[in-house]
Amino acid sequence: MVRVLINVPKRVKRGEPFDVKLLISHPMESGQRHDDMGQPIARDIINSFVCIYNGADVLRAELFPAIAANPFLSFAVVAQESGKLTMTFTDDNGTEQTETADIVVE
Amino acid sequence: MMRRRFLLVSSSGLIVPLLPARARATPAQVAALITDLVGEGEIHDGRVKLDIPVMVENGNSVGMTVTVDAPVADVRSIDVFAEGNPLPHVLRVTFGSHAGAPRFATRIRLATSQTVIAVAKLADGSCWRDSVDLLVTLAACIDN
Repeated sequence: MVRVLINVPKRVKRGEPFDVKLLISHPMESGQRHDDMGQPIARDIINSFVCIYNGADVLRAELFPAIAANPFLSFAVVAQESGKLTMTFTDDNGTEQTETADIVVE
Repeated sequence: MMRRRFLLVSSSGLIVPLLPARARATPAQVAALITDLVGEGEIHDGRVKLDIPVMVENGNSVGMTVTVDAPVADVRSIDVFAEGNPLPHVLRVTFGSHAGAPRFATRIRLATSQTVIAVAKLADGSCWRDSVDLLVTLAACIDN
């Protein structure tokens, strides 16, 4: 489990896009570096990010080693009714982590 | 550290593996990647905006935003390429029905001063491009 900070508005207007910001605590080891003995350091990045609202896709992102350590992601979501924002990301070891945020539409 | 490295060098008699060539993609490789993405069609300038600083102090973390000038339902994918990175493909984003805007922001690594290219593919098959030439003062560490 890695630490994730999620920033969403508590209340949003129906049909009006709002911003979601995520900060994931992850080294995003690029696999391009070598240790002091000249051995390559294995790649370990979050390679996929999926955001779903009430069962329908918001967006899917494929991430590559050029994403900075502790990835920050920001995008816009639109909602017609209150519900749950589900954000899932997968790392190179196949570990999946899911975070959720409740959205209240008024 | 240097001494350990020196010992390793003198014992193995090989210097080459310890000084790995700074592998970098070339503009031609990136052009090939973009051609793969675009397919048969043509790529046009405009309609996509890549917002990234032109002067970068620290290449380890560079904030960037890609915005497409089209309804979000019409945007099939956004791709970002960095020509001077060892692995030029930076990210690919596709949008679903709950996306509020065809926009994505993140922070990326840049290995050197280079051109960063954003490509948006629309539902009608047309492709749009924006590129930014930027200067990187402190490169993202590939090796030290």
